[in-house]
Amino acid sequence: MAASSAHDLPEEVQSWIGQERYEERTEFPIEMGYVLTTMSATQNGNPLYWDAAVADELTDGPITPPTMVSVWFRPHDWSPGRTEPAVPLQLHFDLKDHLGLPEAVMSDNTIVFGEPIRPGDELTTTQILHSVSPLKTTKLGTGRFWDFEVRIVNQHGELCATERYTGFGYNRDAAQGASK
Amino acid sequence: MIPGLLFGDIEDGAKLPVLEKEVKPVTVVLGAMASRDWRPQHHDYKFATENNGLDDIIMNTPNLAAWFERYLTDWTGPKGRLGRIKFRMRDSVYPGEIMNFSGVVTGVEAIDDELGWVDVSIELEAGGKSCVGCEARIALPRTSDANPWKRRGDAWQP
Repeated sequence: MAASSAHDLPEEVQSWIGQERYEERTEFPIEMGYVLTTMSATQNGNPLYWDAAVADELTDGPITPPTMVSVWFRPHDWSPGRTEPAVPLQLHFDLKDHLGLPEAVMSDNTIVFGEPIRPGDELTTTQILHSVSPLKTTKLGTGRFWDFEVRIVNQHGELCATERYTGFGYNRDAAQGASK
Repeated sequence: MIPGLLFGDIEDGAKLPVLEKEVKPVTVVLGAMASRDWRPQHHDYKFATENNGLDDIIMNTPNLAAWFERYLTDWTGPKGRLGRIKFRMRDSVYPGEIMNFSGVVTGVEAIDDELGWVDVSIELEAGGKSCVGCEARIALPRTSDANPWKRRGDAWQP
C-alpha cells in the first residue's frame, strides 16, 4: 500500500488526492431478490436471510449480507440512453487513463462494515484517492501503486461500509500478467 | 432461542471446520449474476479462453466474498456479525475444481461484557492451487442474550 504520494504526478491527479469525488447513487432501491439469489448461489442457509422471524429478532427486520455491499453499485449491463459502458470504481479507470498506465490489477481489498444495508435503502457512494506511489517495477511491468477508498452511506447519512483498495497500474513492458 | 457460538467458546488457534464444494459452471454463472457482475469471463467460455487466456470461465471476486461470509456464519451462527474482511487474490477458481475453505482463529479480544471480536484467517484452495487468502474480524456475543447486530453508531467500531 502506498503510504505517501510521488511528487512527479500530473497536476490534475495530484489535485484528486484527499478529495471525495464521483458521488453516485444506487440505480434502484435495495431489494431482497439479489440477496436470495446470492444465498442460493452460495448454498447459504443462514436463517437471518431466509426466516423473517429470525430477522425480526436479530436485526429488527430484514437486512442484506454485509459482503454484498459492492453489488448494489454495479451498473446495469445496459440502460436506455447510455452511450458509454458504465464502470464501477471510476477513479481506478481515470487513474489508468491520466497516468498512461493501460494495464491494472487490484492487489488488496479491505471492507469495513458499518450500519447494515436494508431492503428499500438508497445508498450513495464516493471515492477518495489517498496516495499514488512513485514509479516502481514489478514482475508485471513498470507503473504506480494507488491507494483509494470507497465510502458508502445510506439515505440517513449513516456509514454502511468503507472499502479500501490498492491498485497497481502499469505498462506491460516485456512482462506478462493478468489485467483488469 | 437462536443457536450459535458464544465468544467464550472460541480459543486462539482453534481451527474452523473445513468446507468443500464442487464448482460447476452454474456455480460460476449464478454467482456472477447474483452479484451483478456481467463481465464475460464469468459466463462466456470462448471469451475467457480466447480473449483472456484462461482455462475456462472463472469465479468472480464478489461472489467469492459471499462464499467466505457463508463459511464464517456457518461456523458462528446468525448472530456472528462481520466487522471487516480483507482479500488477497492469488489465482482463479474454475469449474470442475473443488473449493476447499479452511480457517484458523488468529486472535480473540473482548470488547465489553456483551461482545468480543474473533479474528480468523481463511484459505481458499481449489484445483491444488492457493487461490484466495482472507482475513476476517467477526463479532460474537458473550452471553446468550447479547446480540452484535444491535450495536449502532459509535458502539460499533470494527
